[in-house]
Amino acid sequence: MTTLLADPQLHAQAAQGVQSAAWLLIAFPLAGAAILLLGGRRTDKWGHLLGVAMSLASFVVGVAVFVSMLGQPGTGRSRVVHLYQWVSVGSFKADMNLLIDPLSISFVLLITGVGSLIHIYSIGYMSHDPDRRRFFAYLNLFVAAMLLLVLADNYLSLYVGWEGVGLASYLLIGFWQHKPSAAAAAKKAFIVNRVGDFGLSVAIMLMFATFGSVSFQDVFGHASQASHGTITAIGLLLLLGACGKSAQLPLQSWLLDAMEGPTPVSALIHAATMVTAGVYLVVRSHAIFELSPEARLLVMIVGAATLIAGAIIGCAKDDIKKALAGSTMSQIGYMMLAAGIGKAGYVFAIAHLIAHGFFKAGLFLGAGSIMHGMNDDVDMRKFGGLRKVMPITFATFGLGYLAIIGFPGLSGWWTKDGIIDAAFEKGGTSGQILGWTALIGAGITAYYMSRVMFMTFFGERRWDEDVHPHESPQVMTIPLILLALGSIAAGAFLIAGDRFANFLAPVIGAPQVAHKLITPYTGVVFVLMVAGVAIAYVQYLRRPVPRTAPAGSFPVVAARKDLYGDALNESLLMRPGQWLTRLTVYFDSRTVDGLVNGVAAFVGGTSGRVRRLQTGYVRSYALSMFFGAALIVGALLLVRL
Amino acid sequence: MLTALIAIPALGALLVALLPKGRDELAKRAALVIALAVAVLTVVMAVRFKIGGPRFQFVEQHWWIKQFGVHYAVGVDGIALALIVLSAILVPVVVLASWNDAERSGGVTLPPSGEAGRSQGGEAQRSVKTYFALLLSLEAMMIGVFAATDVFLFYVFFEAMLIPMYFIIGSYGGPQRSYAAVKFLLYSLFGGLLMLAAVIALYVVSAKGGNGTFLFDELTKLHIQPTTAKWLFLGFIIAFAIKAPLVPFHTWLPDAAGQAPAGAAVLLVGVLDKVGTYGMLRFCIELFPGAAKWFTPVVLTLSVIGIVYGAILAIGQVDIKRLIAYTSISHFGFITLGIFAMTTQGQTGATLYMVNHGFSTGALFLVAGFLISRRGSARIDAFGGVRKVAPLLAGTFLIAGLSGLSLPGLSTFVSEFLVLVGTFTRYKVPAIIATSGIILAAVYILWMYQRTMTGPTAESVKGMRDLSKRELVVIAPVLAILVVLGFYPKPALDIINPSVKQSMVRVVQHDPKPAIAEKGTRP
Repeated sequence: MTTLLADPQLHAQAAQGVQSAAWLLIAFPLAGAAILLLGGRRTDKWGHLLGVAMSLASFVVGVAVFVSMLGQPGTGRSRVVHLYQWVSVGSFKADMNLLIDPLSISFVLLITGVGSLIHIYSIGYMSHDPDRRRFFAYLNLFVAAMLLLVLADNYLSLYVGWEGVGLASYLLIGFWQHKPSAAAAAKKAFIVNRVGDFGLSVAIMLMFATFGSVSFQDVFGHASQASHGTITAIGLLLLLGACGKSAQLPLQSWLLDAMEGPTPVSALIHAATMVTAGVYLVVRSHAIFELSPEARLLVMIVGAATLIAGAIIGCAKDDIKKALAGSTMSQIGYMMLAAGIGKAGYVFAIAHLIAHGFFKAGLFLGAGSIMHGMNDDVDMRKFGGLRKVMPITFATFGLGYLAIIGFPGLSGWWTKDGIIDAAFEKGGTSGQILGWTALIGAGITAYYMSRVMFMTFFGERRWDEDVHPHESPQVMTIPLILLALGSIAAGAFLIAGDRFANFLAPVIGAPQVAHKLITPYTGVVFVLMVAGVAIAYVQYLRRPVPRTAPAGSFPVVAARKDLYGDALNESLLMRPGQWLTRLTVYFDSRTVDGLVNGVAAFVGGTSGRVRRLQTGYVRSYALSMFFGAALIVGALLLVRL
Repeated sequence: MLTALIAIPALGALLVALLPKGRDELAKRAALVIALAVAVLTVVMAVRFKIGGPRFQFVEQHWWIKQFGVHYAVGVDGIALALIVLSAILVPVVVLASWNDAERSGGVTLPPSGEAGRSQGGEAQRSVKTYFALLLSLEAMMIGVFAATDVFLFYVFFEAMLIPMYFIIGSYGGPQRSYAAVKFLLYSLFGGLLMLAAVIALYVVSAKGGNGTFLFDELTKLHIQPTTAKWLFLGFIIAFAIKAPLVPFHTWLPDAAGQAPAGAAVLLVGVLDKVGTYGMLRFCIELFPGAAKWFTPVVLTLSVIGIVYGAILAIGQVDIKRLIAYTSISHFGFITLGIFAMTTQGQTGATLYMVNHGFSTGALFLVAGFLISRRGSARIDAFGGVRKVAPLLAGTFLIAGLSGLSLPGLSTFVSEFLVLVGTFTRYKVPAIIATSGIILAAVYILWMYQRTMTGPTAESVKGMRDLSKRELVVIAPVLAILVVLGFYPKPALDIINPSVKQSMVRVVQHDPKPAIAEKGTRP
């Protein structure tokens, strides 16, 4: 299955040794999904264990591949595993190949590592669900598709993974299908994503029309020969795809609804991995974006706008998962912004992505642990004072909280400050605007996350009477602890000494200047963070939190309604779409079909005859046969004349 | 070989029809055995087909009506072979799927007090063996029409195909079956008529240049006056556009497919309609390349309209079978788009699309049939929360639906993307508009799934049986084909691609070069 490709012209060499077994990365979880789905109820007993085993096996392979990569010199770290020829028609070729390089392996470790932890956590979280096996099947399917997405060496295979994770997301958001809201949210996510996929599809077509190939290597290698307009168009189309998958404006509306899925799904797919695929796409396609400042500028604008919008939405949600979802939008906005900055930003985009993978997965799983103890309630107004009864959840959630608000020394501080710094370093007015946007976003982040923290773990107990919160079992708390360790250390590990920058250098270029730890803005960020925490402290800890939300002023209401994103979609797309559909159906039945029926009636003499044709008696069949035959004969006569 | 493939189901049909009355079970089994035998033979033929060999293989040629130069000439290239394999696989599937359908109207047991049910004659009087005999005779003609390399023979099969389908819809269909059957027949006859005129005119043209003939290979060598060619092209393409159906010739399809029993709808939309797109690729383009080029803007426009218009109509449907029929109108738009893009990717994609669409829509109609037969209604709002009571049924419906929205990993994606990319290299705007179809497809499929399968279980759906073993055996191979060809389409592409290339050489068409001409490092 792994015939090695030994083409000296390929800049990525054929993989050898353990790396040539990289197909196992995808094969394990795919096999898991297939066995669990085809096996049906027979696998109910051990299905979850198989799911975890497959995910862990994939992680082990990932680590082995990573270790063997470290043994290579920096320039020889891009390897291709040729699997098989997938589509080959004329000059259009797309193979199923795996590209193993520092960028893809970073994602592989994140996906399989965090993914395995979430698999383990789900054993406990889903233990009472009769469909737990199906849940693990979908999770495995997701891991396989996500790995294909990041390992593909051409855009068409990437697209398979891209839509594959969309399918997994659809299945998992709608996992509790009996809830109409879940089913509707799943459909919405898929359709909004398809709008993005439209962009990605057209981008791939444009690449083929321009370069005669859709492989990364050919496209990037020849990008400089294409016209500026073409490159910009490709960049913008890719951005559309990225916006769909990563819930960036204007395709953000699905992510908040996606919280209908079970919480581990929100952690894995809608926080740590899948939603960051857009960032991966932009960074992977950096050769294209670097050639088009216009496309890059739009990436930055989208990122900056989303980071503020997401943060504002996060401030107003009483549903703990939705508050975290707004935060996810916002954090991915940071990554997008960084990816759009260019060379100076890529490392921080990916580093923040990985750090975010740890602390946001930890926060979501923590939220799940809270819900587990609170009879699946998500309303923070009914929480309060939980730190005493859920000490482990509190500690791990707290560390994730400190990481995301950028408390000095923790993960988020390293990576987010890097992004803010890179934005200012970009220079010019745009650099100032983007930098200050990111700064203000950091302040708002501190505010809304503190709000979540205080409303949940501190203050008085506002629980419902029949709720008896308790700490979750170890199978859930151990993943929480491990993720918390990542929240603490990932940032320092990656950023200190430019370790990650040097690691990624073969793919995205070496950093021009070493990263400075303390910049003029470090202090400003810290002040804003403290201010955010302080305001939340005054509002939610010093004052009692009412059980029902106060009416609120216009901005608060707007934020609660997701800044009218849904209202906008509804009035601009959905309603006109419904009208168009109705009109078209009417038009088709009255005009096109009506015309034809009218002609038929005319030919038949009277409309009464048509009605008689419908009686269903044999003689009317005979009549129509006769009619048809007569037509043929008549035509024959006509032709002969 | 091909003659045998036509003769076996034809004789089988006769055999089944002549079985004594009351031996329904035997008739069913006989039909299944015959259909399976044909399927096996076809697969054997596909394996023995030499890739890279002469274009037409398994050729047979005999005089039929010498005075008019009519031959009995059959042979297959990769394109025809792919479609014959599709037909031969779908027929046994349909036979097994319709096991209990013949006794009922449109596969639906009508309430006994229903006025429609009574006025259409007793349900019990339907002849089971005739239904299966009709299916087998239909198979003979479907194989014949794809195998024919004589234009007159093609025409004969093309028209004869109508007869069994007319009777299946008219006698075994839903409450509106007569209206649907007559509409189907009139539309098709009208198209057939135009084609007959064109076929005869083609003979006249060839007779002027020496020997009058209907043989496809010799007709392609004719030099036809451009104006004449345009008229003849029109004669053919209108017939094919009605069959395929292209907007605005489409309104018969939702009625016919909506009223036909589910199994027959599979063959109608899955195979019969493909004769239209196959005809465009084989006859319209190869016999009249100049005219085809001249009419390309018209066909492309109609295709793009069909893709969007069909999809929007599908979204608005309230009846499951009509919805699937409208999705097919959208899909046929993709096929004609790919054919007239005149690129290797477009035409190979279009041919693969024909095959994939047969399986994909076939699967949708089959599962919809299972669903409808349980509930006695085809209305979407008659269902709700089926997944809870019948997870297998819902699962297969979802996979079939996902193939309908061309999810990557399923074979329909490969063909749809090839069509789009092949179109894009030459006609950017039509390709981009057509790509918007992928969004609409997600809407019509997932919305239908949401309304029928998810949510609280409707009162009327409670106690619904899940798939039976027979139904599982019917649907599993079709879904398996969709998945396997999705990840490994090579076997199909290897058969189709060379024939498309040969056909493009014949009509002197080249793929557009990439915008960046010099390509140094392509491996």
